[in-house]
Amino acid sequence: MSDTVTFKIKRQNTAESSPYWENFVIPYIPNSNVISCLMDIQTKPENSKGEKVTPVVWESNCLEEVCGSCTMVINGKVHQACSALIDKLEKPITLEPMSKFPVIRDLIVDRSRMFEALKKVQAWVTADGYHDLGPGDRESQSIQEVAYKLSECMTCGCCVEACPQYGINNDFLGAAAISQARLFNMHHTARNTADERLDTLMQEGGIADCGNAQNCVEACPKSIPLTESIAEMGRQVSGKLWRNIFKA
Amino acid sequence: MMSSQRVIVVGGGLAGLSATMKMAELGMSVLLVSFLPVKRSHSVCAQGGINGAVNIKGEGDSPDIHFYDTVKGGDFLAHQPLCKDMCHHAPYVINLMDRLGVTFNRTPEGNLDFRRFGGTLYHRTAFAGATTGQQLLYALDEQVRHFEVQGIVEKMEWHEYLGAVLNDDGRCVGAVIHNLRTGEISALKGDAVILATGGPGLVYGRTTNSMVCTGTATTSAYLQGAKYANGEFIQIHPSAIPGRDKLRLMSESARGEGGRIWVPRKAGDSRTPRDIPENERFYFLEEKYPLFGNLVPRDVGAREIYDICVNDGLGVHGEMKVYLDLTHHTPEFLDRRLGGILEIYEKFTGVDPRVEPMEIFPAVHYSMGGIWTDYTRSAEGLIDHQSPKNQMTSITGLYAAGEADYQYHGGNRLGANSLLSCIYTGLMMSPGVINYVKNLPETAEDHPESVFNDATRQWQERFSTIKEMNGKENPYALHRELAEQMISNVLIVRENSKLEATLDKINEFESRWKNITCLDTTDWSNPVPSFINQLWNMIQLSKVITKGAVMRDEFRGSHYKPEFDLKQPDDFQPETYLEFEKQKADGNLNESAFNEQHLAYMKRFAENNEKWLKTTIAEYKNGTSGSEGGPEISYEDVDTSLITPRPRKYN
Repeated sequence: MSDTVTFKIKRQNTAESSPYWENFVIPYIPNSNVISCLMDIQTKPENSKGEKVTPVVWESNCLEEVCGSCTMVINGKVHQACSALIDKLEKPITLEPMSKFPVIRDLIVDRSRMFEALKKVQAWVTADGYHDLGPGDRESQSIQEVAYKLSECMTCGCCVEACPQYGINNDFLGAAAISQARLFNMHHTARNTADERLDTLMQEGGIADCGNAQNCVEACPKSIPLTESIAEMGRQVSGKLWRNIFKA
Repeated sequence: MMSSQRVIVVGGGLAGLSATMKMAELGMSVLLVSFLPVKRSHSVCAQGGINGAVNIKGEGDSPDIHFYDTVKGGDFLAHQPLCKDMCHHAPYVINLMDRLGVTFNRTPEGNLDFRRFGGTLYHRTAFAGATTGQQLLYALDEQVRHFEVQGIVEKMEWHEYLGAVLNDDGRCVGAVIHNLRTGEISALKGDAVILATGGPGLVYGRTTNSMVCTGTATTSAYLQGAKYANGEFIQIHPSAIPGRDKLRLMSESARGEGGRIWVPRKAGDSRTPRDIPENERFYFLEEKYPLFGNLVPRDVGAREIYDICVNDGLGVHGEMKVYLDLTHHTPEFLDRRLGGILEIYEKFTGVDPRVEPMEIFPAVHYSMGGIWTDYTRSAEGLIDHQSPKNQMTSITGLYAAGEADYQYHGGNRLGANSLLSCIYTGLMMSPGVINYVKNLPETAEDHPESVFNDATRQWQERFSTIKEMNGKENPYALHRELAEQMISNVLIVRENSKLEATLDKINEFESRWKNITCLDTTDWSNPVPSFINQLWNMIQLSKVITKGAVMRDEFRGSHYKPEFDLKQPDDFQPETYLEFEKQKADGNLNESAFNEQHLAYMKRFAENNEKWLKTTIAEYKNGTSGSEGGPEISYEDVDTSLITPRPRKYN
């Protein structure tokens, strides 16, 4: 085992400036992950040529793969940096910002498009109020298990980064939002507005934009059955199309 | 005037989002300021569940028993009317979150399922797999997003709270914020400001906390004159996974679902855990605490692990580690009820906990202390929810909620009570905050611009000074040194000589902070100046924690000073103390009726409570003649009127 680790990091100073690559060589320490190495660079921000540089900037919070913040492209694959263990990665290690979102700086990108998509698919339950209305409805264990899996989505962006249809300049909603539409269309009360979610999915950027590459489900760190969600929402959209035809 | 009034909520975890949601429902405009997208807040890390005495299992559980467990768990330092009100609202909170779409686990009949947690004998903890905090946060995030679409809530993510805007009367009329993209510093007008900014774990460096948990916002309030309470009460969670960047939590729910803690009986046993036969395993919690077993409260659990590893030298591989064993369960059972956390363990250690016992150790987890806040007690010993005083700090118009406040958990928090206290508080305080705002003699808008411009300018100057810092110290390396000191000396076992030495060390760090170099002086998306400011605040808060610990010469909850252990006799029963107190109150104490040792212990206990059953209050005082400022400590009474404080016992 080498006593140092080399990182090749794609950096960018501002949203408008051009990206450049910078290498860092840091001491190898057992049980490191990409985050702990980036932290080591902060404590001694020098590139491989020995030049003092600004510390690399990245986004992170929970460091246990439940917040979704530290998603980046590591050795060409989209992943959370916290759960990317150094011992399991090919060296040198390359770090790049996700390519499907505007870069803010270095490894930070602007994922607000994903949160806007949650607005479009109305990913919420409409409640009569927050006062005491007693218990909610009963639910079977089997349905809970499906819903729980879907609700583990942390809007991290892995699925859309891996998706060939999701482009920085198009308006595809992406697998995460489609899967959330499925989650709320399953819910006792949120399904009252199911048709509105389907309307969104029938518009441009909706479900028809999915090219069935199935990369999303492979990339999802939480193993959410995204392709099942897309298929299910496809069925619901077709059903609604037929209903629309018979209504007309 | 009402139409232009608004409340600023800082922080988008459970407390901030529940307050935002409730105030929006009541028609109040809310400006929600957050360091990062609110969906990524630290509340997502809460794993095990949320407490509420719904009594689904027919065990005879009730809100009053929950209240008793909470107050006892906190070693009687919590404010009882608030705890009682919280526990009585807990079933409602759980039902509400269920209605809002949280995918709680279910019983075969389709009811909410409940599991056991530390410090109670009842199945009282509702859960969504092992990511309950994430699921609760998402449900609130969704509600707030809906209000955002309707224009009632405005979100300002990627903004950091720097300080309160105070008018000439010292009333809070807004907040100074730092745009983390552009670097711009500006003031927001708000008729009330709620700090729901979480705990200060990063003072200890690597903890179970997330990267944003620096405590900077609450420390800023303290530096502006707000009282800080019970700072020395820091919860050490018995079970965490070692890591270089973070100590990841292994939820108490692992023990709630039957996980057993053990060490090899033979010191330095080098066999793999599977090769160690049952009779050579020391299930020390089960042996010492037959009633609560592996589910003793966290302060007790952390101390016992420390004791077995350090004093008895029985830690796994001779280190500060013990086994947490779930291998007696089927993988299917474990995946359904604990999936999320077992995946985390496997992902970060490469070991499958369904097959091999986990290796865990204690880590800093939660701050029971926080910004001092007020409340109004109702005639029934509950809380008057309309009172503007609820959750107000000692700065008028500045509120605090969630881990940022101090009132609910006393000297030690029970597992699965934090999610409850966060959501309960956000909901409970909202009508009072709105009453405060509606009855203001003059609104924030009525104030001259100079009030806001002055506050902005002060912070702009502060950040200009930081950017000009050109010394020798690396701020991130200095933070590691601070954390090391705190971990070594202000953790599970506390000794006055070490605490005092730590205070000296912190003063050194404070001097060295001035010799920092600002590693990056650009404006765009530059976290370095922010971090340097945060580090200053962490240094100030470490003084509050350490000084509070030096001065509190007793053993209560998470604050353990062996020197002041009252040494409860093994055969003592807490009920005896109630009889002793009753006789004293009636003026006919019959000392001969008590066992001599017990009597002596009860006298020690009563005397100690007389002196120390008090809230620690830290107030920032400016330094004189060149020295830096620091905390001045005083003590306040705690409302213990509903449950008589008594010795804790869990065996």
